[in-house]
Amino acid sequence: MNETLRHEWPLWEVFVRNKSGLDHKHCGSLHAADPKMAIQLARDVYTRRQEGTSIWVVRSDQIVASDPGEKAMYFDPMEDKVYRHPTFYELPKSLDHM
Amino acid sequence: MYTQAMDTMGKDAPEPKKPLRSAEEMLAEQKFETRIDAGDFIEAKDWMPEHYRKTLVRQISQHAHSEVVGMLPEGNWISRAPTLKRKAILLAKVQDEAGHGLYLYAAAETLGTSRDQLVDALHSGRAKYSSIFNYPTLSWADMGVIGWLVDGAAIMNQVPLCRCSYAPYARAMVRVCREESFHQRQGFEALLTMMNHGTEAQREMVQDAVNRWWWPSLMMFGPPDADSPNSEQSMRWGIKRVSNDDLRQKFVDATVEQAKTLGVSMPDPDLKWNEAREHFDFGAIDWSEFWRVVNGDGPCNRERLGARVKAWDDGAWVREAALANAHKHELKEAA
Amino acid sequence: MQASIKVSRDPAVQYLLRLGDSCLIHAQRLAEWCGHAPILEEDIALSNMALDLVGQARAVLTRAGELEGAGHDEDQLAFLRDERDYLNLTLVELPRGDFAVTVLRNFAMATLLKLLWQRLQQSSDSELAAIAGKAVKEARYHQQHAGDWLLRLGDGTEESAKRASAALELLWPYVAEMFESDAVDEHAASTGLGPRWADLREEWMAEVLPVLTEAKLKAPADRAFRSTGKTGRHSEHMGYILAEMQHLQRAFPGGVW
Repeated sequence: MNETLRHEWPLWEVFVRNKSGLDHKHCGSLHAADPKMAIQLARDVYTRRQEGTSIWVVRSDQIVASDPGEKAMYFDPMEDKVYRHPTFYELPKSLDHM
Repeated sequence: MYTQAMDTMGKDAPEPKKPLRSAEEMLAEQKFETRIDAGDFIEAKDWMPEHYRKTLVRQISQHAHSEVVGMLPEGNWISRAPTLKRKAILLAKVQDEAGHGLYLYAAAETLGTSRDQLVDALHSGRAKYSSIFNYPTLSWADMGVIGWLVDGAAIMNQVPLCRCSYAPYARAMVRVCREESFHQRQGFEALLTMMNHGTEAQREMVQDAVNRWWWPSLMMFGPPDADSPNSEQSMRWGIKRVSNDDLRQKFVDATVEQAKTLGVSMPDPDLKWNEAREHFDFGAIDWSEFWRVVNGDGPCNRERLGARVKAWDDGAWVREAALANAHKHELKEAA
Repeated sequence: MQASIKVSRDPAVQYLLRLGDSCLIHAQRLAEWCGHAPILEEDIALSNMALDLVGQARAVLTRAGELEGAGHDEDQLAFLRDERDYLNLTLVELPRGDFAVTVLRNFAMATLLKLLWQRLQQSSDSELAAIAGKAVKEARYHQQHAGDWLLRLGDGTEESAKRASAALELLWPYVAEMFESDAVDEHAASTGLGPRWADLREEWMAEVLPVLTEAKLKAPADRAFRSTGKTGRHSEHMGYILAEMQHLQRAFPGGVW
């Protein structure tokens, strides 16, 4: 199997706009294998039986976040990730089983 | 949805060790405690004591596992629902539970763990789920009683969590509670219909279900406060807001009144109103049953976990195929 | 024990039962995935689909009962007929199978239902037209979800391709029944109630075959095999489905739920 193949479906953050005129709001996350699936699942999970919504999905590891201002304890660098999900960080192959 | 004082269960119950800590770390922990005391919300990237993080990962993920395992006893009756309306309601409820599991896994993942790790913890037996789901659903009336008692108990546990200090968990709980209201109502309504308009056979079925689910529902609030050493720390950190015994009493008081409306009796000869306390007194809970079920020897433990493990294992080729296909597309696009 | 009800042989009623029963039994099989899907997100997607189909079944069966005029409601029709009076396609009563079987069946059925609902929006029966207006959106979404999955499985790993191929071998012989037409269809076409199912074949093929090709799958050669669920003559699977589904209604005569 390809070395770079991820073993876990990537994590996506979901943003939903419930009514036109409002902003997209962050609702949570879900795992999906590809963008199309992420949108469909976001619709199924976060807008169950609701009409007229707009959905954005973003791969969680693509989000750049600001530093809350406290020193990070365990992960470096941490400033750019939205939170400390283990699959956001590439570990050396020898530690990949963590 | 189906929380329980699981921080006291199993070999994971931590003894907070006090390793040598730097002055910097002690300062950070002091600042953290101040924030908690001020009612601040902690977000994913904020500094937090390792013990706080670990406790939350365990509590949130076990809450998530409970939702997922909880789909099984109810899913058991979808194919046999007695009317199309009840089939639709049950499907919607089970689907909601899957959704709640998902919100909670998402909240847990913000603390530095992954879905695969959490699922592995459940499947290997290291992580727990609410023991109530280790009981079998033996009649259609169980569906109504689960909605009334089990969801009722869950709601009591959950509402305080909407003010949990860890914000992603609190937000997930707000979402869960919002969707939860229909679960208990529909369960109670189904029972009321059978009791008020149904046949004698249906009424007997309802009473039989109540007899089987009453005591396990009381156990959902976890061991007595005196036997819950970690509750104190969880309370100090704003993870737990109300004690086990207080919630349990509140539950008894509410449901005994509801039982009168239904016309069912609780299987407890010691249940009676105490004028002095202004609460209902109730009989002794068989804690040996609780621990037996929590430790793996309840009626359905092996089946429940077995079903989850099988679903995961049987689904491996599906998950792999989706990833392989996505990878092929990525390569194509990159080319 | 609660006895069976007898159903009218009115072709309009039969036409609706074919549609409603197919939705009902399809939902019944789909719901078996609850708590057992490959990933939690799919538990939600599949139960969503089942819920939509139950809704469609309820609406159509209710309408069938009204047209019949014998006072039968959606539940009496759903739970109290004899097996030979259920008119669903045999395809939907086949066992759940693995995820490939489910995805392929979903794709085949969603495509058929979408085409049917699209036409039924012009039904001479305004109630049916209204039902169709809502259902067509659901079918469109089901078709997209299933189609996307079919592509992932067909062009995923060696194992998924093998299973997708096996699913196609298994299910394809049951497709022919979708496009059989008889007196019931003729009556529906002549009264404007709805299209002959045979008239949907060309469009169905035009939508399905390209997806199969893109999924690196090839439809097997047509055979003489014909399933006959629409006429009430089912496979051996149907009896077990009904035994489970009908049990409570049969065991509690006069029960109110």
